[in-house]
Amino acid sequence: MPSLKSLRLRINSVKSTRKITQAMKMVAAAKLRRAQTQAEAARPYAERMERMLASLGASIAGSPDAPKLLVGTGADKVHLLVVVTAERGLCGGFNTNVGRFARAQVRALEAEGKTVKIITVGRKGAVYLKREFANRIVAEISFANKKRIGFEDASEVSAKISDMLDAGEFDVCTLIYNRFKNVISQTPVGQQLIPAPLPEVAADGGALYEFEPTEEEILARLLPQNLGIQIYRALLDNAAGFYGSQMTAMDNATRNAGEMINKLTLNYNRTRQANITRELIEIISGAEAL
Amino acid sequence: MASFQLELVSPEKLLLSRKVDMVVFPAAEGEMGVLAGHAPMIVSLRGGVIAVHEGGQVTEQLFVAGGFAEVAADRVTILADEATPLASLSKSEAQSRLAEAEAAFAAAANEAPEKREPMMARMLAARAMVEAAAAA
Repeated sequence: MPSLKSLRLRINSVKSTRKITQAMKMVAAAKLRRAQTQAEAARPYAERMERMLASLGASIAGSPDAPKLLVGTGADKVHLLVVVTAERGLCGGFNTNVGRFARAQVRALEAEGKTVKIITVGRKGAVYLKREFANRIVAEISFANKKRIGFEDASEVSAKISDMLDAGEFDVCTLIYNRFKNVISQTPVGQQLIPAPLPEVAADGGALYEFEPTEEEILARLLPQNLGIQIYRALLDNAAGFYGSQMTAMDNATRNAGEMINKLTLNYNRTRQANITRELIEIISGAEAL
Repeated sequence: MASFQLELVSPEKLLLSRKVDMVVFPAAEGEMGVLAGHAPMIVSLRGGVIAVHEGGQVTEQLFVAGGFAEVAADRVTILADEATPLASLSKSEAQSRLAEAEAAFAAAANEAPEKREPMMARMLAARAMVEAAAAA
């Protein structure tokens, strides 16, 4: 049976742990709200971009000199996976889920005889994937020192990707990240970036538009912007999901700590009572012996 | 006067969405004024100032660094890379940005023309920003 003193120490230490997890939960909840509004604010731009792209892309996709960002290189040999994870841990299975999803993808692609390259965005994903695929990681991008993610950060990633495409370093690019469904559930998804899947053309048709300067020139500017937007969206989803996941994880941890404190307190009281009873018995039997 | 729906969005937020009479924006090949009932167009923008006209007056002026505009008969959607109201434009920031863009352009003097083009566009946008900041 543990001594009273050691029990008391344990209760105190679990209590301070509970304080920390509770505070972390509060912080995560506040940041989650901010991340969610930011994700919401980015939606109108993405929607309109999609509409514009739909009316533009359909008319040009068939032509032989269509931009690479839209149609890819025509080959299907080298796959680039962009894996987006959080910068920090203590968020339940958030990072592990993406990591596991990415690992399954890499295995599946390699089983088909394709070459895989990986860019990791976020520290945790890099750490996770390095264990197994260190030689396939071509770049690690981290925003650990950023307080909030702006569109420039996303353009940085997309510039890197389009540079690699121009250099012919890959054929197909897929973005892997946690899609934010709601606070308690985020699912890892793989979204193809290059060749760009074209959004459906609306029924009224996009062929009515005039273009200035030319269709090709607009498309050449629109596509990199679109790539940036897709990545920006993923980064925002990732941020919101991370805080959601952290909030849930910390809520569970707080509850578990509470349960543990109850158990330990019960144990402590029992031990204390047992000690008192034992002392009483000793005194009584001593008195009887006299 | 007939009005149309103007929407101005940047990647980070929806900046403007309301009925206006006319909008003038810096299209790639010159300033372009759009009234209601314009023929449908998709236009690429360079750096410059967007002016919103309502009731015969300029009610809002914003600087954009570049972007796209989609014009339809009853609405105009402007996708700006970055938009700042003219009043809150910082002169010093504009100047430092111009210096940076000029340096990058000069450094890439030997690059292929396709590579220099976006830098050129950036430099011109920065120059427009300095001008807009000076005028404000």
